[in-house]
Amino acid sequence: MTTKKEKISGGVPKNPVMKYLYLNKGILAGALGIFLVFGFLTEFKFWGRANVINILRITSLDSIAAFGVTLIIITGGIDLSVGALMACASTYCALLISNGLHPAGALLVGVLIATVFGAINGGIVANTKIPPFIVTLGTMNIGRGIAYTCSAGTPIRISGDFGEIGNGYLMNTIPYPIIYTAVILAITYVLLNKTKFGREVYAIGGNAEAARFSGINSKKVIWIVYTFAGFLYGIYGVISCSRLYSGQPTLGQGSELTAIAAAVVGGTSMSGGVGRIGATFIGALIMDLLSSGLNFMNVPFYWQYVCQGVVVLGAVFVDLQIKKK
Amino acid sequence: MKNISKHFSGVKALDKIQFDLRKGEIHSLLGENGAGKSTMIKILAGIHTPTEGQIFINGKEVKIEKVSDAKELGISVIHQELSLVPYMTVAENIYLGRMPSKKSGFVDDRKLEADAYKVLERLGVQDVIHVNDYPANLTVAQQQMVEIARALSVDSKILIMDEPTASLTERETVQLLEFVQMLKNQGVAIIYISHRMDEVFQISDRITVFRDGQYIATRNIGEVTYDDVIRLMVGREMKDVYPEVNLTKGKELLRVEHLDDGKFLKDISFELHQGEILGFYGLVGSGRTEIMRYLFGVDKGAAYNAWLEGREFKVSNPKEAIEAGIILAPESRKEQGLVLIQDIRFNTVLAILDKLIHGVKTDKKQETEIVEKYMKKMRTKATSAAHITGQLSGGNQQKVVLAKCLATNPKILILDEPTRGIDVGAKFEIYKMITELAEEGVGIIFISSELPEILNLSTRVITMHEGQKTGELAREELSEELVLKYATGGANK
Repeated sequence: MTTKKEKISGGVPKNPVMKYLYLNKGILAGALGIFLVFGFLTEFKFWGRANVINILRITSLDSIAAFGVTLIIITGGIDLSVGALMACASTYCALLISNGLHPAGALLVGVLIATVFGAINGGIVANTKIPPFIVTLGTMNIGRGIAYTCSAGTPIRISGDFGEIGNGYLMNTIPYPIIYTAVILAITYVLLNKTKFGREVYAIGGNAEAARFSGINSKKVIWIVYTFAGFLYGIYGVISCSRLYSGQPTLGQGSELTAIAAAVVGGTSMSGGVGRIGATFIGALIMDLLSSGLNFMNVPFYWQYVCQGVVVLGAVFVDLQIKKK
Repeated sequence: MKNISKHFSGVKALDKIQFDLRKGEIHSLLGENGAGKSTMIKILAGIHTPTEGQIFINGKEVKIEKVSDAKELGISVIHQELSLVPYMTVAENIYLGRMPSKKSGFVDDRKLEADAYKVLERLGVQDVIHVNDYPANLTVAQQQMVEIARALSVDSKILIMDEPTASLTERETVQLLEFVQMLKNQGVAIIYISHRMDEVFQISDRITVFRDGQYIATRNIGEVTYDDVIRLMVGREMKDVYPEVNLTKGKELLRVEHLDDGKFLKDISFELHQGEILGFYGLVGSGRTEIMRYLFGVDKGAAYNAWLEGREFKVSNPKEAIEAGIILAPESRKEQGLVLIQDIRFNTVLAILDKLIHGVKTDKKQETEIVEKYMKKMRTKATSAAHITGQLSGGNQQKVVLAKCLATNPKILILDEPTRGIDVGAKFEIYKMITELAEEGVGIIFISSELPEILNLSTRVITMHEGQKTGELAREELSEELVLKYATGGANK
């Protein structure tokens, strides 16, 4: 005899931590497996504190972008402009600082530019019949072109305290980017799981037509999702700018695919309506554990691509097998 | 065809039916939805194999076990939904899957086009449809010609047409009927299915009527009247599946005047009172759904005046309609009603998220109460509220759609084909719910293609035909013959 509460929630544990472990058991096991294997293969050097912190720092940056992409994929869309918008934010931020603007102002403008691009993506996707793939392919090229133009094709170097934002540590142990990501993860999680907006995102991705018949304003929701994603890419861009002490027009080349891969490994369905922020984080972690581990073992860079491809395919295949049962 | 039966998991879809077709004849197959017409066609087309019975062609018994068997025997079916590849040429479509090739293995384009031209010529449409046109750029009627050309190109002796005129304009229909006559004169035998009585009478040589999977009668067209045919089609006893409808009409809820979309719907006016079940009857595509989509704000672009409880009413999106107290349970629960990958809980509250979620705070208690209340009220059969709706049966899915609608506390509930494709038990429960709601004072608009349920549940019926309101009957005046007559355009003749 089940209690009433269990009946409604369908057997998912109530405790948030247990719930998280329960929902993500598959990919968590995968991440743990990769972590263990590389540890054994490298005589436990892979488990060194510095390395672990380093991986987490990379993951936290990567997952910021992956969160944005996850939201978009849940609505049934796709975003190819990730890397280009990051580069725009990064180069503009550096350009303004090198022209003497206060770093805080430069930061804001950088984030704003990516956000505006996101809003343009969202506006076009929501109001026209142009597929998101094409829309963001267009803005990808435009964004990348602008980043190259404003930087004349070379990194814009900056100096001073600004680098602290991307390179500093909280209490000399935790890199700032990890903190930023924790905050963004929390905000995005709440947005997607606790608000009306979040339910509307899932409803639109699950069945846009049914959402419309239920009185949901899909255009507005889709616009907000792309805009918010642009905002996140902007944050990634300015943090990178600080971390590298320069605005890089080549920043994030191929990172749209890494972000999509993280989302997909985290169980986000490309047909929309399914996906979780917490799982995307682990998806990003798996990708970064993999590349870091392969680096550690001196596997040639080119082979890492092969490994990543195999992992993405394998993860989705396993996911489908589990769902079939 | 002799003694053909087809059982689907114990249910008799066809029960010892018979049918015969002569060379150069147009034989219409008539019957209500679910009478067994499509099952019989599918047997002839090789999609289903009969459970028992024999099929003879030219006096020889044949076995049609797969689609290719039917093709070899010269049987072609033109389905209601056309199946052309939109961006391959007309010639390629006609010879799809059997294009002539040269010795080199490449497609012999010249022969392909010449052959296709010959077929189009035989239909007399070679000047209207060119062999290199793309179906995407053709009208529905022209696409149908291409399908017919495809059937002719394999030298079909038997052509089955399933509601070929359902999506054609009146002029196109006239043209199509001329073609059908022409094919007949060329010696093709045609099985013709249509809900439009006027067409049937115009072109048929004979008619055969099915009802509830049984063969009823075959008649020469000269020997029957319009009314005779309808009587043959519907003449059955009503089983005791309908709750008693005993409603008192309350104050006026909705008044719609002169709804006109400039394309299809012409000058439609009606009103709805509290506690009424207003039936809308008409063939699929007669404009019933379109009216409701405009009123609910899903589609835009129709001119009309409307008043809801005396106040002017016009909405630009479904959200406004829901806030005003109108909700539409759409005709297709899978495509328009439910987010199938989500559970009952998610779907039930989908239209009332405003009420339940404030900022980041969800009123879980109220949510659970509402979900449980409607699961109980609807007698939804599911393991729990966390049951994914995609895994429910059609009837239970429909109950979740209705729960979602009722959760908004509507003044007016519009039901578009609420019982389509669901089993009798669930149907009965939905009928009961409809009458209960009407008793509580909700105004109900009930669209259905099933005549018996319209007749038994409605307190008033409006009939539609080709975008126009053709009749309005009070409960006392309702009869199968009258409703069918109006809905097939009989009133205008």
